[in-house]
Amino acid sequence: MTAQTVLPTESGHAEEPIVRLRHRGRWVAGAVLLVLAAMFVNFLATSPKLRLDLVVGYLFERSILQGLLVTLELTAAAMLVGVVLGTVLAMMRLSDNPMLRGVATGYVAVFRGTPILVQLLFWFFLGTVLPQISLGIPFGPEFFSISTNTLITQFAAAILGLGLNEAAYMAEIVRAGIGSVDKGQTEAAQALSMSPWLAYRRVVLPQAARLIVPPTANEVISMLKLTSLALVIGLPELTTTAQLIYGRNFQQIPLLIVASIWYLVLTTILTFIQSRIERRTSRGVLGATRRRTRFAIGGR
Amino acid sequence: MPRSLAASPPVDHPTGPDLPMVQARAVRKAFGDNEVLKGIDLTVDPGQVVSLLGPSGSGKSTFLRCINHLESIDAGEISVNGSLVGYRRQGGKKHELRPAEVAAARRDVGMVFQSFNLFPHLTAVQNVMEAPIYVKRQNRDAAKAHALELLARVGLADKTAAYPAHLSGGQQQRVAIARALAMEPRLMLFDEPTSALDPELVGEVLDVIKTLAADGMTMIVVTHEIGFAREVCDRVVFMDGGVIVEQGTPADVLTNPQHARTKSFLSKVL
Ligand SMILES: Nc1ncnc2c1ncn2[C@@H]1O[C@H](COP(=O)(O)OP(=O)(O)OP(=O)(O)O)[C@@H](O)[C@H]1O
Ligand SMILES: [Mg+2]
Repeated sequence: MTAQTVLPTESGHAEEPIVRLRHRGRWVAGAVLLVLAAMFVNFLATSPKLRLDLVVGYLFERSILQGLLVTLELTAAAMLVGVVLGTVLAMMRLSDNPMLRGVATGYVAVFRGTPILVQLLFWFFLGTVLPQISLGIPFGPEFFSISTNTLITQFAAAILGLGLNEAAYMAEIVRAGIGSVDKGQTEAAQALSMSPWLAYRRVVLPQAARLIVPPTANEVISMLKLTSLALVIGLPELTTTAQLIYGRNFQQIPLLIVASIWYLVLTTILTFIQSRIERRTSRGVLGATRRRTRFAIGGR
Repeated sequence: MPRSLAASPPVDHPTGPDLPMVQARAVRKAFGDNEVLKGIDLTVDPGQVVSLLGPSGSGKSTFLRCINHLESIDAGEISVNGSLVGYRRQGGKKHELRPAEVAAARRDVGMVFQSFNLFPHLTAVQNVMEAPIYVKRQNRDAAKAHALELLARVGLADKTAAYPAHLSGGQQQRVAIARALAMEPRLMLFDEPTSALDPELVGEVLDVIKTLAADGMTMIVVTHEIGFAREVCDRVVFMDGGVIVEQGTPADVLTNPQHARTKSFLSKVL
């Protein structure tokens, strides 16, 4: 090794310019990607079999828009079931009662351990083995009875399938959130003579929410896409509707592009909302920090 | 600095002259095989300030937590202001109370923790208002007025809107004291209230506790601040290995300890 001797001149080497590192690899990669993109555009523009005009035509077609609405409704309903039931399951898993803990653990194991597609079909075909659902005293008189197929419509089966599955995942998210709250918080609440439930509601859950909200937003985005699985039970949501149309006109790719565009629009909007929420919650525990940062950023 | 801290003077409380504020008899408590309290007897009269000293692991915190039933006891009994803590006596047995009943029974007892345990998602004033509103069902405006008054008394009139993370340790602990006082307790328990503080912040918290003492609040203070114990406390209780080794006036116990264990402990902390 030869060490360059640095002569102690007046200014050192302060006046020598700095040469930046050249990223040659980046230029090569860029060029390759550019060529691939050009080939793809060429295919789109020149392929006679690809009817891009149909994409534009079907994008705002009535049945597609109706399917889009069903997708949104299903996402909302399944997430509602998932969040509510998931919170209950999380609290069961954290309870002192071994019975409740066992039931919740079993629930999570079953619903995370079987494919969601199977679960959807299961709820849809429940009527074949359980034709009547009745309300009454167990093993005693019935007050009310209804045919399973009337009660569990395609939409209900989809909500059950997606929502009950989601609950298992939400239970883990909520449990992690609650588990992250310091035990001293519960003790302080108890010492102020709050009942356990009040301490949960006023002290633990608001703090847990900080950790629960961002992954829940992720779950909403996943759910939006998972609703396409309702295809297997024939619920006319976005994907099913696209399929019904291409079943008639054999224009599979244009219609799948139509569906994809809508999914992309929705996930983009949701991702935007999510990043807004995340920015708020990650600004610390505090409203105060939040407000301060906002000023610091310059009134954004 | 603080003037008068007790929300209402203790004389307002209908406490019988002979009824001790805290009475512990033969209290035992074990965590698994580890017996932490091995028969504690302690009486604290209304208006008394008692400090609990002892080496680490001697069971001071555990005993303090038993007094408001944050820990359940295995044997013996503790009563606060004449009523049994955590249990109901019936047919020659003590039956454990349900959580909601325990919560109601804690109203007379305030507690201040070493690590403050303020609610980080609430401002100082919200921390203080929380329990009066949701536990005592006080009207929000009244609770807020009372909270502001308490914060002013602990010297934090200008910090009422601050979140805990923006307060110093000493300020946080003073908010925690105000929060406990908002429930108008008759007994205050302090578990090493200044141990987590930088040395220069200890004084401001001890000053608040001193004011409380001057107002006649009954208090049990676990502390390593010997100077504070000497100056403020009516009685010093020295614990070691799950038993009370000796107790008496600060002058007796701190200046003229009888037991070898007390002597060796004091020689380390003084
Ligand atoms: N929740 C618990 N589970 C198991 N053991 C515990 C628990 N709490 C305390 N202990 C044990 O009980 C003993 C007494 O603890 P305690 O906290 O009462 O001591 P301390 O006198 O307050 O000590 P320090 O001065 O360190 O706070 C210790 O050995 C501790 O390990
Ligand atoms: Mg302790």
